[in-house]
Amino acid sequence: MSEAQKRDTTEQVEFRAYCREWLSQNHPGRPGVKLPQGALELSNPDALAWLQTWQKSAYDAGLIGCDYPQELGGGGRTDCQAIANMEMMRAKTPYLPNIIGMGMAAPTLLHHAREEVKAELLPKLLSGEEIWCQGFTEPGAGSDLANQQTFAKRDGDNWVINGHKVWTSLAHFATWMILLCRTSKDDKYKGLSYFVAPIKVALGKGVTVRSLIKMTGQTGFNEVIFDDLIVNDRYRLDEVGAGWKVAMTTLLHERGAGPLVTPASGGMSLEEEAGAETSSALALADLARHTERHGQAALNDPLIRDDLIKIMIRQEAFRQNFRRGNLPALTDHPMRIPLQTKLVGTELNQDLQKIAYEVEGAGSTLYVNDDQAPAGGHWPLAYMNSFGVTIAAGTNEIQRNILGERVLGLPKSK
Amino acid sequence: MTQTIQQPKNFGFGEDETLLRDSARKFFTDHCSPDKIHALVAQNPDINRPIESIYDRDLWQQIVALGWPGACVPEAAGGAGMPLVAAIALAEEAGRVAFPSPLLSTLCAVALLKTCQTDAATQALSEVAEGKATTLAITNEKGSWEVADTDVRATGGKLNGSAWFVQDAKKAEQFIVSAQDKAGLGLYLIEATAPGIEIIPDGIIDLTRDQAHIRFADADSIELVAPGTGDLALAKAMPAILCLVSADMVGAGEWLLQTTVEYAKTRVQFDRPLGFFQAVKHPLVNVMLDVDRARSLVYNAACSVDCGEDHAELNARMAKAQASDMAVFSSSRAVQFHGGTGFSWECFVHLFFKRQMHNQVLYGDAKYHRARLADMLLGSVA
Repeated sequence: MSEAQKRDTTEQVEFRAYCREWLSQNHPGRPGVKLPQGALELSNPDALAWLQTWQKSAYDAGLIGCDYPQELGGGGRTDCQAIANMEMMRAKTPYLPNIIGMGMAAPTLLHHAREEVKAELLPKLLSGEEIWCQGFTEPGAGSDLANQQTFAKRDGDNWVINGHKVWTSLAHFATWMILLCRTSKDDKYKGLSYFVAPIKVALGKGVTVRSLIKMTGQTGFNEVIFDDLIVNDRYRLDEVGAGWKVAMTTLLHERGAGPLVTPASGGMSLEEEAGAETSSALALADLARHTERHGQAALNDPLIRDDLIKIMIRQEAFRQNFRRGNLPALTDHPMRIPLQTKLVGTELNQDLQKIAYEVEGAGSTLYVNDDQAPAGGHWPLAYMNSFGVTIAAGTNEIQRNILGERVLGLPKSK
Repeated sequence: MTQTIQQPKNFGFGEDETLLRDSARKFFTDHCSPDKIHALVAQNPDINRPIESIYDRDLWQQIVALGWPGACVPEAAGGAGMPLVAAIALAEEAGRVAFPSPLLSTLCAVALLKTCQTDAATQALSEVAEGKATTLAITNEKGSWEVADTDVRATGGKLNGSAWFVQDAKKAEQFIVSAQDKAGLGLYLIEATAPGIEIIPDGIIDLTRDQAHIRFADADSIELVAPGTGDLALAKAMPAILCLVSADMVGAGEWLLQTTVEYAKTRVQFDRPLGFFQAVKHPLVNVMLDVDRARSLVYNAACSVDCGEDHAELNARMAKAQASDMAVFSSSRAVQFHGGTGFSWECFVHLFFKRQMHNQVLYGDAKYHRARLADMLLGSVA
């Protein structure tokens, strides 16, 4: 292997330079509207609109969907999305709003939709003009995802859908929904089919979206009720009865284990004041440096120092695992590292935010509605919100089953 | 911290290194099945058994013939001139079979000799490349892991005092000794059979190695680096040494994981294999996560050493901290999930348990390295 092959390809080197140059000229600056901590918490239409403008400009510049085929609205490049992501993070850009679309719907469409449906939907998905949501979870189908009760009944060229989805992030803004539902009651798994449903046009005509309130007091996710929603058969992905297989493609990418790298930007601090960043160990160290604990900086407390270093080691290991995961010669099982991504990433974040909660001491009792709250109350808020992702996309208990069964080969727990 | 060097994406595991790893795995699979190792080192379970150094000298000679001790010795000194990641691969494979030999100690000695940059050290390297088992005698009676701490004094190359916790001392043919001279810390090379040297074996728990303390009484030695420069040479070598010991733990951790997984698939209780139960399945996944974290951090740290990066020390301390915690966790879960079998002498698991517990403390346990990392990353507490 030559030195060059060990490092970036020529295309990657050139693309990185291009991204850097474009970002130096086209960073959108600070929003005139307050942004929540992540896209899944979006509730203000103005905030969404501002972020959609950013996504569209990054898409038009070729930084989003770089590895998707050109005829489907992508950049037609090879292994360049990770480069764009890294450069956007480096330039401290805002996050992208259409994360369910890019992270879950796009790879699923690419693998399972008819060609004309891909061409119809992917360009506006990648540009962020059309927001997507995911209709998987139901009141009786959480960890036991295959226990879907929402039913699609065939009616000529159409399907008539009735049922109830819950915890549906972004449904209140979404044009489209990826939808798993039952088309037969004969078999739990083979009775499932997968659709993309145009929900915005059907609001009040078969679709009702109601907001649910999270433990933090924020909205951002919803329940969605289908009452004779009509979906054309062209929006069915793969065969009737192949819904579980298609859902696995979605889940693989949702868990960060799919072959396609999800476009992602970020890095921009959401607050003008320092210390409001809630995913970095350095920000946590900074909090400890400026928090007094028993008459001295919390950063001098040996137990807190040990907690901080443990988290930093885990963050570095997460990065290095990602690097090793791309090297078949240094991994014993091809899915061993990829399938850890969701589990490890979400627990790392949760533990980081828990330590911050503790570091704040008495100040941690104050919430975002109090001017005196340390770092604007964002650490406790982030800690509470962190349970969203240790539960969503298959709880981390389910992730441990998957790793134990698919990677270690232990007997199935069901 | 500015990183001026871009590490190779593959951690430096090119064709040669991968080939070496594969041939080492085959060699150990062919010659060192757990039952063979157990039959060799665990013959006498008596808690008051005599202290012995047990290993297969023929196998060590085969390894010498394969050139492994000299893998990282520069070509000019008769070695293969490979990067540290090659030695990491060897250490990981040796750990996977709990291999009793002076290999790990000798690889650590090579790492130190390479940072000495003197003619005497180059001469010593060429002897190692020819198969001379070598080990470090750099620890004091209190087991301090600070490089400047020693209970040995040097006067014009004559050594007096004692070195403690010397690994594979009865297998080694020569020692590298850190000793305090009037002008500061120096490093000295001395033959195991030199006059004025007395090797007193320790009764240790780990059955797959030996350990001793060594008394020096006016023992003549060769100066490797001048007094006053020994601590610098040691500090420069320590990242590689930490990586090597950590790689041994990664290999042993993977064996413990896979062996316990196999047991959980076959052992039936309540009409189900143990691994069906999430009380067993989920902790085994946690062992896997822990092993993978350690493995990636070790490769990164070793690559960092090979690239000459300033923060190699930081990366190596992270690797050793993680590998040490993993060693404790992987071995405790292996014994626990093997149940009564795992608690028995006849089960192979205790060989690896004991090796892991030995390695986790060697050159600093997890808490020690995290405390050093805290000083490096968060600033020291005034």
